[in-house]
Amino acid sequence: MAIAKKAVVWGLFAGGGTLTAFIYPALIALFLLIATGNVPAGLQYEQIHTFAASWVGKAVLFIVLFLSLWHAAHRLRVVAHDFGIRKDKLIANAVYLVATLGTLMTAFYLISIS
Amino acid sequence: MSRQPYVRPISKTTWYMRNGRYKIYMLREMTSFLVVFYTFLTIVALSTLAADSPAAWQNFISSQQGPGMVVFHALALLYFLFFQTFPWFKLAPKAMPVQIGEKKLPGSYIVIGHYVAWVFISAVIFWLAGAL
Repeated sequence: MAIAKKAVVWGLFAGGGTLTAFIYPALIALFLLIATGNVPAGLQYEQIHTFAASWVGKAVLFIVLFLSLWHAAHRLRVVAHDFGIRKDKLIANAVYLVATLGTLMTAFYLISIS
Repeated sequence: MSRQPYVRPISKTTWYMRNGRYKIYMLREMTSFLVVFYTFLTIVALSTLAADSPAAWQNFISSQQGPGMVVFHALALLYFLFFQTFPWFKLAPKAMPVQIGEKKLPGSYIVIGHYVAWVFISAVIFWLAGAL
C-alpha cells in the first residue's frame, strides 16, 4: 500500500515538475505583459472566455493547474522538513488539503464557464 | 549503562547554510512558492471568467497592472528560469536516461531536446495568447 501511494505521489511530483518547468515561464511572461499594460489580444475577454469555454481549453487548464498544485504540495511538504519542521503528518494534511481545495475550485470554475 | 551516542551538532533550521550546494538546493526548492502563487493567481483569473461578465475580467486585468507588478513578475520569471526550468532540464538525462540498443543516448542530446521543446511550447502559448 505504501509503495503504491509513493508511486502516485512521485508521479504527480515528476509530472507537475516537468509541466511547470516547460509552461510556467510563458505563464509568468503573460502576467508580465498584462502588468506592463500590453494585454495580448488572446487575453481579451471574448477570446479567453471562448478558450476556457471550449473542451480543449478546459482540459488543458485543468491538467496544468491540477498537476502544478500537487507538484507544489509535495515539494512544500519537503521544504517544511528542510526548514526543521518535524510534524510531517500535520504538514502533509495541510498541503494536500490546499491542493484538494485548489483542484475542486479549478473544476468548479471550469464547469461554470460556458 | 549504554554509552551516549554521538549527535553531530547540526541545526535543523539552518543546516543548508554550511555548504554552497545545499544553499543552491534550498534556492531551487523556493520555486515551489512561485508555483503555488501563479497557480492560485490563474485560478483567481478563472473565477473572474466564471462570473461571466466582461467587466469582472477587465477589473481583474486592471488589478494586475502597475510598476510593482512589472518588477515582481520580471524577478519571478528570472528566478523561475534559473532555479526551476533550467535545472529541471539539466537533470532530465539523469532522471530519464534514453537507451537505444546497447548504447545510451548522450545526455547533451536530451538536454538540447528539452530546450527545443521548451522554445516550441512557449511559442505555441504566446501564439495562442495572441502575443506572437
